[in-house]
Amino acid sequence: MFFIYVQKVFWESSSELLLRKQRSVKKNIWHLALILLVALLPLVIRGSYSYLLSLMVAGGIYVILVLGLNLLMGYTGQISLGHAAFYGIGAYSSAIMTMKYGLSPWLAFPAAIAITCTFALFIGIPTLRLHGPYLAMATLGIGIIFTKVMIAWDTFTGGPDGIYGIPNFSLGFTAIDTDIKQYYFVWLVAILIFILSYNIVNSGIGRALKAIDSNETAAEVLGINAARYKLMIFILSAAFASIAGSLYTHCRLFISPQIFSFMLSVKLVTMVVIGGMANVWGGLIGALILIAIPEFLTIISENWQGINTTELEIAIYGLTLVLVMIFTPTGFAGMLAKIGLLRKQKRISL
Amino acid sequence: MSILEVNNLRKEFAGLVAVADVSFAINRGEIAAIIGPNGAGKTTTFNLLSGVTDATSGEVRYDGQVISGLKSYQITPLGVVRTFQNVRLFHNMTVMENVMTGHHIRVKPKMLTAAIRLPKFFRQEQITMEYSIKLLDFVGLEEKAQLMADQLPYGQQRLLEIARALATQPKLLLLDEPAAGLNLKETTELSRLIRRIQRQGITIILVEHDMELVMGIADRIIVLDRGQKIAEGTPEEIRNDQKVITAYLGE
Repeated sequence: MFFIYVQKVFWESSSELLLRKQRSVKKNIWHLALILLVALLPLVIRGSYSYLLSLMVAGGIYVILVLGLNLLMGYTGQISLGHAAFYGIGAYSSAIMTMKYGLSPWLAFPAAIAITCTFALFIGIPTLRLHGPYLAMATLGIGIIFTKVMIAWDTFTGGPDGIYGIPNFSLGFTAIDTDIKQYYFVWLVAILIFILSYNIVNSGIGRALKAIDSNETAAEVLGINAARYKLMIFILSAAFASIAGSLYTHCRLFISPQIFSFMLSVKLVTMVVIGGMANVWGGLIGALILIAIPEFLTIISENWQGINTTELEIAIYGLTLVLVMIFTPTGFAGMLAKIGLLRKQKRISL
Repeated sequence: MSILEVNNLRKEFAGLVAVADVSFAINRGEIAAIIGPNGAGKTTTFNLLSGVTDATSGEVRYDGQVISGLKSYQITPLGVVRTFQNVRLFHNMTVMENVMTGHHIRVKPKMLTAAIRLPKFFRQEQITMEYSIKLLDFVGLEEKAQLMADQLPYGQQRLLEIARALATQPKLLLLDEPAAGLNLKETTELSRLIRRIQRQGITIILVEHDMELVMGIADRIIVLDRGQKIAEGTPEEIRNDQKVITAYLGE
């Protein structure tokens, strides 16, 4: 009797594992497809379209930013309205350390992450213990203060003119200075972060986060310290933003306060929602939409005279957000999942 | 030795006394029931025992250690876990994942281990998965493992919540009205399940309205009325207690 029971348990568990393996193989195919697509894209971008490569450098940076915010919003139900500030803290830390203190970008990079995470820690500890939109309020404040401080503290930050002439990342034998090199470098980091996020989400940590999002009291009764997990993810998302900031700094070689404006924070939040919350693919899709919309508008303004594209851009973000909320509240990733392209959750009855 | 000692536990909500200096002790390995009319303070008592709300005064000792004042996420690892009157499952997860979440604190997964998929991650997932399937089998839900939690009928959702609570490996299980919303057949199965849990060496306290269930399985009953303990004893004693009859039927 006992033997049959053990056998049953073993068989059940191995079948469960098999099921998981099948699913993960399916997902790995998508990861592989993404890597291939990223690797081969420069081969088809030629001639007059070569500016697209530079655009995709920005795209990769946005992917990192939106992925971090996606983890925070989708898995802990918290909003950071000052994510551009964390992006900016990373960028400015990297720039100042290389320009003023002569540090190598490779050293400035982790140091910038440490600085940004410290800021996130100080904002996160008091606000994430409370229930409600306290983190959103605090980060809103940081987002607004950041640009003002960067403008005002001109001896250190270059004021409204920003900092220019920042060194590139260098691999010793060659600097990462052309579009194509930067493209591969940025997307290497972006894909690594994508996979790290994917792995975190699909683990015991991910289950704990989903549990907190679903019912915080029930999660805590199971021994899960909700405030601690929220803080961890908030700091992680700030670290991602800092990585994006350092990449921006050492690829574009010029930063100014306007780049890290409050408007960018709002756009990032919008892209998380449009891409699809609680779905790492949503982070990717959201970031690509973020760079596609202004491009699309440039094409429009070239063909139709007299259109104010800056005003139109904001209107389009708003309209897209409204349409997504009405027709596919789970974002584009959720829509793709529904038509079976990205199977998010399998519903089978055994 | 008693597993749980409650001394003069008190909870006031803006002047309203929900639990008024209640004291009782729970013996190791027994099934104890807390009963009482609506508003007697049963669920509040559970909230105090499990750290969901803080007591105004008084003390709760579990295994000799003071647990009043601790948060629920600090109490559960010590071996005390509860279920809820209104089932609180994680609807964004499968049945299996719900139970696996319960086992979280026993494997303590680390972010880095998960992010870079160290061998330890696979070992921990394997342990959690096998343990969870064993528990689903224990409550009779193994065939529903891959369904989303909200696809289960209500009665099975209650069983799932119990399995999820058991996944934390408790020594003391608090069941808040486990029979609410169950039909007669399901209630009978539930009482068998509670007995089977007891046989695993787990002490059980239940808050319940279903008198037949309580009288059938409880070793000892504590009766609350308007926040005060009015009686304590075996089902037989409680059935004949004048104070209890008055509390339930009125003067």
